[in-house]
Amino acid sequence: MSAGSDQARGWGFAAPALLWTLAFFVVPFVVMGAMSLATLDGRTLVWGLHLDNYAELASKAYLARAIFVSLEITLTVTVVSILLAYPLAWIIAFRVPQRWQRLALLLAILPFWTSYVVRSYAWLLVLAREGVVNQTMLGLGLISEPLTLANTRFATVTGFVHFFVMLLTLTIYANLVQLSPNYRRAAMDLGASAFQTFRHVILPLTLPGIMTGAFLTFVLCIGDYITPQILGGNTELTVPQVIMVQLGRRADFPLAAALAIVLMGIVTLAYLAMARWLRLDRL
Amino acid sequence: MIRHVLPWAYGLAAFAFIYLPVGALVLFSFQDGSLPVPPFEGPSLRWYADVLGDDDLVAALLHSLTVALGSAAVAVALGFGAAYGLARHHLPGSAVLRGLLIAPLTVSYLIVGLGLLIVVQRVGLGLSLWTAGIGHVVINLPLCFAIIYASMGAQQQNAERAARDLGADEARVVLLVTIPMLAPAILAAFFLSVTLSWDEFIIAFLLTRFDVTLPVEIWSMLRSGLSPRLNAIGSLVFLVSVAAILVIEFTLFRRRRK
Repeated sequence: MSAGSDQARGWGFAAPALLWTLAFFVVPFVVMGAMSLATLDGRTLVWGLHLDNYAELASKAYLARAIFVSLEITLTVTVVSILLAYPLAWIIAFRVPQRWQRLALLLAILPFWTSYVVRSYAWLLVLAREGVVNQTMLGLGLISEPLTLANTRFATVTGFVHFFVMLLTLTIYANLVQLSPNYRRAAMDLGASAFQTFRHVILPLTLPGIMTGAFLTFVLCIGDYITPQILGGNTELTVPQVIMVQLGRRADFPLAAALAIVLMGIVTLAYLAMARWLRLDRL
Repeated sequence: MIRHVLPWAYGLAAFAFIYLPVGALVLFSFQDGSLPVPPFEGPSLRWYADVLGDDDLVAALLHSLTVALGSAAVAVALGFGAAYGLARHHLPGSAVLRGLLIAPLTVSYLIVGLGLLIVVQRVGLGLSLWTAGIGHVVINLPLCFAIIYASMGAQQQNAERAARDLGADEARVVLLVTIPMLAPAILAAFFLSVTLSWDEFIIAFLLTRFDVTLPVEIWSMLRSGLSPRLNAIGSLVFLVSVAAILVIEFTLFRRRRK
């Protein structure tokens, strides 16, 4: 086969996917970027190279506030999820007998496959004023008045943490079982305590896995609309919620596009900050 | 003593946390009363009967199935083509092409949906299940490509060469050698795409109008607050996702491990 015809066949196979990605991902993305530089004159769109939308982000307090709220929630969720998931992944990897590990892992992440909407609704059942937690605690006499758990940041964070604990358990477990047991044995033989072994051997070796999981958590969490909308109520708005407000009530597409670009910018910064640990090519 | 008990106690607590919402969802879908909160009365199947007798919900369920199966089929076909083209032929700039195909993975669904919505409106196309399906292919294509590309090893390549030496043309090689050998990866990619599309909300919400998918229908039901109907339909949605995941786990990966 000549090099030319080999290339032509290769293009033939790859072209549909490449064209699809160009037409329905790259082009929309470019148009959205251009839209973020347009302005609204009343209800008519004026294309151009204006920075009005970005200036509005800086000057309107509720928009800047949304970015801050999103970052706060996302960072809290990422840190709490890692702290909760690591021990669970550890237990499955090192305490559960080998032949049950796959089943334990499958069970630990099964509710991961619930629709976003359904999962958030299910948390509402648990956290509502007359929900499972309040009824149980009232019944046990632990509290005399129902607690306000739903429609708070606590509820949003709980819903998110639930989801990401499962995701991170999976990524951290995958990392832990790849480690050769020899590293642990060597550290122990050299007199390291269990904690020292963890701190100086296991943790550094699993850092890439943790960081990959943390980055996924960051990206998915900061871009999610459903969880804060259903569980957080409208007490405070995250960036995706503000974007949806612009699309719905106000039909201000340029401002929504600018917010989306800012969201992408934040994710890119997070990526650059974490890039030296990430192994996205190995996903 | 503590050292032995603590891990199991932690594991139990973690599982309780993980299963608390799903447990409440499923348990109170069998509630006999009209509020899905304790105390539990029942069990009763009245809310399932109610849900399956609701034309809007059943229509949304069928829409979701159609979009999920259709978009997954397209995503797998495109993903396989790209994986085969890039793994088996020398294309200039193949690292850039791989990056381009993977790129949608790093962008929020909301942004993918917003970009498509803007373009669809500019072009003057109407919103429908088709536009939602296009969006679902965009988010699933990178996964299908990555899964299939990663499983294209030297082993298949040798079999392909052998077939070619015996006179098979490229179409035969792909259909009779490559696809059967990659069947586990192709099916895993397909079922994963089905699950992700089936569960997806924000793209479907932005890109549909009159005919909607199940998550969008559930979303509009949410405005009227907690109801055992929502528990019943939510449990059904969960059941379908779990079924797809179990198919992947028990048929595809079992076979690979042998």
